[in-house]
Amino acid sequence: MPQTAARRALRAAAVIASTAVASVFAVTPGLAADPIRIGSVVSATGPASFLGDPEQKTLKLYVEALNKKGGLMGRPVELVLYDDGGDANKARTFATRLVEDDKVVAMVGGTTTGTTMAMIPVFEDAKIPFVSLAGAIEIVEPVRAFVFKTPHTDKTACQKIFEDMKSRGITKVGMISGTDGFGKSMRAQCMKVVGDYGITVAAEESYGPTDADMTPQLNKIKNTAGLQAVLNPGFGQGPAIVTRNYAQLGITLPLYQSHGVASKSFIELAGPAAEGVRLPAPALLIADKLAENDPQKKVVMEYKKSYESATGQPVSTFGGYGFDGIQILVQAIERAKSTEPRKIRDAIESTKGYVGATGLYTMSPKDHLGLGTESFRMLEIKGGDWVPTETK
Amino acid sequence: MLKRVLSSRLAVLVLLAAIIAVVPVLAPSSFYLRVAALVWIFALAALGLTILTGYAGQVSLGHAGFLGIGAYAVAVGPAKLGLDPLLSLLLGAVLCGLVAYAVGRPILRLKGYYLAIATLGFGLIVALVLTSESAVTGGPDGMQVPRMVLFGWRVSGVSTWYWITGGALLVGALLALNIQASPSGRALRALHDSEVAAAGVGVDVAKKKLAAFVLSAVFAGVAGSLLALMNGFITPDAAGFMHSIELVAMVIIGGLGSVVGAVVGAAFLVVLPQALTVLQEYEQAVLGLLIMVFMILLPAGIVPSLRRLLLERAA
Repeated sequence: MPQTAARRALRAAAVIASTAVASVFAVTPGLAADPIRIGSVVSATGPASFLGDPEQKTLKLYVEALNKKGGLMGRPVELVLYDDGGDANKARTFATRLVEDDKVVAMVGGTTTGTTMAMIPVFEDAKIPFVSLAGAIEIVEPVRAFVFKTPHTDKTACQKIFEDMKSRGITKVGMISGTDGFGKSMRAQCMKVVGDYGITVAAEESYGPTDADMTPQLNKIKNTAGLQAVLNPGFGQGPAIVTRNYAQLGITLPLYQSHGVASKSFIELAGPAAEGVRLPAPALLIADKLAENDPQKKVVMEYKKSYESATGQPVSTFGGYGFDGIQILVQAIERAKSTEPRKIRDAIESTKGYVGATGLYTMSPKDHLGLGTESFRMLEIKGGDWVPTETK
Repeated sequence: MLKRVLSSRLAVLVLLAAIIAVVPVLAPSSFYLRVAALVWIFALAALGLTILTGYAGQVSLGHAGFLGIGAYAVAVGPAKLGLDPLLSLLLGAVLCGLVAYAVGRPILRLKGYYLAIATLGFGLIVALVLTSESAVTGGPDGMQVPRMVLFGWRVSGVSTWYWITGGALLVGALLALNIQASPSGRALRALHDSEVAAAGVGVDVAKKKLAAFVLSAVFAGVAGSLLALMNGFITPDAAGFMHSIELVAMVIIGGLGSVVGAVVGAAFLVVLPQALTVLQEYEQAVLGLLIMVFMILLPAGIVPSLRRLLLERAA
């Protein structure tokens, strides 16, 4: 009976289609009081999920805890969260949806620089504040009225490294950088600020993201007279190979790595060669080792505990960006005593001395990031573990 | 009567035009217009595959590569070479055609799986080049696409792009329908059924296949240009493998060889993820399940299955 089979199929299709359509128009069941709607678009799946997944979990946990404590200004907070899968086009569509359909008062999200840049015009046009969780400095430079971000930039990392070099009396350095997106961007930022610290880059080399041996480049650096330290802006496996080759060549100058390798896997990959390497990293990485009187100690430990007990996974700096993003937003709404997007924007811009998981934020009309170099801790690898070089 | 209407070219165009005209009236906000505009754009790209896969029976798993070329043509042309965006769009379409010609000549000698794998490789190469040539393309973070200015009028806004993309889809549908009814279309369908038989009755198989490939690449290129111009921003993932698969899925779900089917398939894969967000983390799983259910229950695709049902009823 092909006809009945087809008809049955058609009916099934109709049911599926109508439920799908119905769910588009369905209003999410409302909470008791009129909820404050905060939007979010993150890349919880796809190639950037190692960034987006902890962000999503952090945002959900935060809003859950906030509502348990009675919400915001006596109203529950509703997090409207979408997953763009790392696709800039999808992110743009979800951003339009948040603005046009969900009528959110503010947005925190945008896992990658690509998705963030795709969404910026939507929020700028709608005049709704957007706190981005992506890295690139282009997001806040030049300053856009409604766009903020929480992750520190490569520039801050460069400044932190040069600060440390200066304090050790280093004035002439070599640089070897990766040609991947991260390495290129950080190299450019470092070259911009290096002069401010009276330091000159006397030798410069580069390597491809998949190169397996950097001995020739490092040899050239070794043979450059008068160098006092070497800096390696890079991400992924490259810096680990540089570190190994560096030790094999018997170079004894101090080696500086970037925040791009601030994870345990770098120490494992580089092995004993990593001993003595210095790098800037956020406080979250050494939460347990922070001094009791450290201003960030309490925030960092609380976030770490709540995240790790709820998810069973180790805390990451990326989730920390999400934590700071939503917290800055929530505090701004509290200060503004309003859910008017323009007033929230003004309040975010006046964020002063906020102590977050990533660092201490003080924003201004000229600075929509507000992180100083103190948001980074200079760490040294000793005995296969991170040790802070400075005590606050 | 019903059969005549269902197979009439004019009826298809009138139906599409009517849908395009009605959506803005029903849409509660411009978000719905944006989703609809995305449907028209992806339907245009899927129409190209309707010609290649539906008519000529050739599989391409790298068509997002052409989408990417078209998209970056309107991004790089005005930003780096100072070209007019509209001219860049046309040059992008020409470039897609030329690349398809150059790539297609050797590739289309391959049959079946080999052709699919070769086009897959092509798509991956395009995505790789767009990602790594960061001096020109901005790398993995993407690049801004300058706004199109037509006769001093700055083209922006969701509803403007809705009408532009809707118009482009109608033109594309007209072309696809005319090709289907032309001697070339018949030749393509003949080689779809049997290459040997088609060659036997005098069809230049290699030439017709190449023509279909070039044309489908131009469709995808124009769709990519429209996508980039509408968004004002483009990243290399537009050319990614998943998008190639999505395009093929649109054509198959909607119904191979059917112009309306391409539009329905595009609507299926663009609208459904928006509808399924209520399911949160189960979204992807349910989307996959729905595609399976549709393919099991309506193996010929949504539009051909429905048409057959209507005709059976009428008979």
